[in-house]
Amino acid sequence: MRHGKYRFVASFLAVPLVLYVFYVLWPYAQAFNIALTNWNGFAPPVYVGFANFQRMFHDQLFIKAVEHNLFLLLALPLITVTIALFLSFMLNVGGRSRSGVRTGVWGSKFYRLVFFFPQVLAVAIIGVLFQQILRPDTSGAFNGPLHALLGIGPVGFLTNPTVAMWTVLGVLVWQAVGFYVVLFSAGMVSIPQDIYEAAELDGASRVSMFFRVTLPLLFDTIQVAWVYLGIAAFDAFALVQVLTVEQGGPDGATTVLANEIYRSNFVYSRAGYASAMGVALFFLTLAFAALTIRITRRERIEF
Amino acid sequence: MTTIHTDDVSATTPSAPRPASHAAPARSDRRQVNVLASLGHVALAVWALLVIAPLIWTFMAAFKTNPEIFGDAWTLPSHFNFDAFGRAWSRAHIGTYMFNSVVIVAFSTFGTMLFGSMAAYVLARYQFWGNRFIYYLFIAGLAFPVFLALVPLFFQVKNMGTLPVVGPYLGLGSRAGLILVYIAYSLPFTVFFLAAFFKTLPNSIAEAAIVDGASHTRLFFRVMLPMARSGIISITIFNILGQWNQYLLPVALIQGEGAEQRQVLTQGIANISTQAGYQADWPALFAALTLAILPMLIVYAIFQRQIQAGLTAGALK
Repeated sequence: MRHGKYRFVASFLAVPLVLYVFYVLWPYAQAFNIALTNWNGFAPPVYVGFANFQRMFHDQLFIKAVEHNLFLLLALPLITVTIALFLSFMLNVGGRSRSGVRTGVWGSKFYRLVFFFPQVLAVAIIGVLFQQILRPDTSGAFNGPLHALLGIGPVGFLTNPTVAMWTVLGVLVWQAVGFYVVLFSAGMVSIPQDIYEAAELDGASRVSMFFRVTLPLLFDTIQVAWVYLGIAAFDAFALVQVLTVEQGGPDGATTVLANEIYRSNFVYSRAGYASAMGVALFFLTLAFAALTIRITRRERIEF
Repeated sequence: MTTIHTDDVSATTPSAPRPASHAAPARSDRRQVNVLASLGHVALAVWALLVIAPLIWTFMAAFKTNPEIFGDAWTLPSHFNFDAFGRAWSRAHIGTYMFNSVVIVAFSTFGTMLFGSMAAYVLARYQFWGNRFIYYLFIAGLAFPVFLALVPLFFQVKNMGTLPVVGPYLGLGSRAGLILVYIAYSLPFTVFFLAAFFKTLPNSIAEAAIVDGASHTRLFFRVMLPMARSGIISITIFNILGQWNQYLLPVALIQGEGAEQRQVLTQGIANISTQAGYQADWPALFAALTLAILPMLIVYAIFQRQIQAGLTAGALK
């Protein structure tokens, strides 16, 4: 290498590193510090030890928020992955086999185009969209047909506390499925045809082909999907903030940790408590990541 | 066992008598495929409808009047006029929000790609003391939820506002402040992705360029960056969409006095949604939604392949 290497390396790293440390790393480090204070953002902070963390366990909204995050953590990956697997299997392998070559079903390009589109839209925009679509009277795009065709409702998708969290889940699934259809499709295409042909010669049905061939060979991709959706389940901020009544209501029925963190700091000026909840969220995320890695560790199938 | 099935086969394919043991699975398989395929078709069509119907309903409502919007859900508007779009654009400031989003994302994505690729390049292809440490420092950013940093970040940006001279340009409610934050939070993934990409580029071409007397900087901008084009495009699309759709950071950071004029589209749409209730201008809300969704639809329809590749790039590695 020519001389001047170090000057070059330093000149290329300086700006990104300064920006990163200043806006990302330093705030992250600070959060652990602020979490131990009663800071309100104005007066000088006083260290209060673990008081913020003790307070969390008596905070009904915090407990509800954690419960909702855990609900999403279980339901969001399960439902999204199931639907996406089914749809992508139909798109890729579900078609007829013509002289041994399996083709996707008719219109699979169109379906892939449509399914993925919600992924391109901002969650905030989807929130406003569904606020209108799920209106609690027959003028809502959902309640209208529900009432007219099935005689149900009108359902208070967002106003009924027992339904509202499922609505949030439904909208999250609605947006996510297309992404995973494309992801799984890419994985399925890379599975060699001869494995399917061999299975077919052995007399395997489509259903057993799905469970015995596609699913095991797609395991890595599904694992990635699970982690992604798990991380998404710990967020959900924008949707809850925009879609639900009272930004997490009715009466805290849809609130999640992210919204409580936001509310504590920006509405109640409790910077210390908000940071403590941020720390709690961090450890929950970490626990999820560690658990996923432990559970899903297994031999890699090379093909 | 054989005789029963050979009859069946000869009825359907008389010219090609095949061994019976193969015929039985083939037949049942065909029936099974038909059932499965039609079931699959229904499922696919239903999901497509679930995606399309809400969008069409929204576009339609932009042409309706207030009473029509609160009437039967799935009736067509009585006549098509574009008044609501005009009101959404000017009175509800969609034009301003759109402009802000475009300016902010243009600068922040450019900055992210410039600084991200520079950092990724030296980390991937130069050996120096501390290389691994800095690399993992960037990667660590992927492990933390942004909500952990939210409170300190808010005060960090707020404090920037008190600086002399540059303060008003970098503090809360400033576009440049948000741009810098976007760049900083996009760096971990960009560096992670591009470093892996730069590592795969062949050494021979880089060595040839050095022999020809190219400087390190010239080598990067003229040789390596063009060679990494496909990776750069993927991650650029990823960053454009991520930053365009960002909601949390603008809501937290674009606030304070006079900040309304600098809010971005996602924020603006959410505002209009709350205001539509007070001002009773529901068609304008739907027009605003349409104005926010349609450009994305058009861009997506044109660049579908690249966008899907860009967004799934991270998951497929």
